[in-house]
Amino acid sequence: MTEWQQNTRRLTVRLGIWTGIWLFSTALATFGPLLVWQSQLLSIVAVVLNVAVGLGMILANKDQLKSLDELQQKIQLESMGLTLGAGLVLGIAFSILDTSDVIPFDAEIPYLVMMMSLIYLTSLIINTRRYQ
Amino acid sequence: MKNRLKVLRAERDWTQAQLANALQVSRQTINAIEKGKFDPSLPLAFKAARLFGLSIEDIFEDEAGEANV
Repeated sequence: MTEWQQNTRRLTVRLGIWTGIWLFSTALATFGPLLVWQSQLLSIVAVVLNVAVGLGMILANKDQLKSLDELQQKIQLESMGLTLGAGLVLGIAFSILDTSDVIPFDAEIPYLVMMMSLIYLTSLIINTRRYQ
Repeated sequence: MKNRLKVLRAERDWTQAQLANALQVSRQTINAIEKGKFDPSLPLAFKAARLFGLSIEDIFEDEAGEANV
C-alpha cells in the first residue's frame, strides 16, 4: 500500500471514529434527560458536547474528502449535491404535507435524515458504477 | 477527450494499479480515464506526461478541438 493510500485509509478510519463518538454523544444528549438525569444543566452540557464533537466530525470529513483523488472527489461532490438538493426540496414538500394535514403524523427531522442518508447512499453507488 | 494511456501503459507492461500508484490516484480513476469516462485535471495530466516522458498532447487528444479544425 502506497503512502497516499495509507493516508486516505488513516483519515477514513479517523472519520469513522469521530462519527462513532458523535453518534454516542447524540444518544447521550437525547436519552440522558429521559433515562439518566433530571438536570437542565447536564442537558445543556450534553448538547454543547454533542455540537463540539459534531464540529470535530465535520473537520474529519473535510480532511478525508481532501485526501481522495480527483475522481473520488467528483463522485462525492455529485452525490452530496444531489443529496442536498433532494433533501431541501423533498424536506420542504414533506413539511407542507404535515402543515396541511395531508399526512397523519408529524414531519420530524429524523425522517429527513433517513431520507437524505438513503439518497446519498444510492447516488454514491450509482455514481461509482457510472465511472467503472 | 481521447487518450493513449492504455497503450503507453501496455508498452511499459504496467498494470492499472502500478500506474495508479505512480500517479497517486485510485485504480478506478485510471480505468475511468482509459475508458474516456473521466477527463483528468491539468495537474494530473502533467503528472502523467512527466511519468511517461512525453508532452500532454502526446497522451491526450482534444476531440472538440479536432472537430473544429
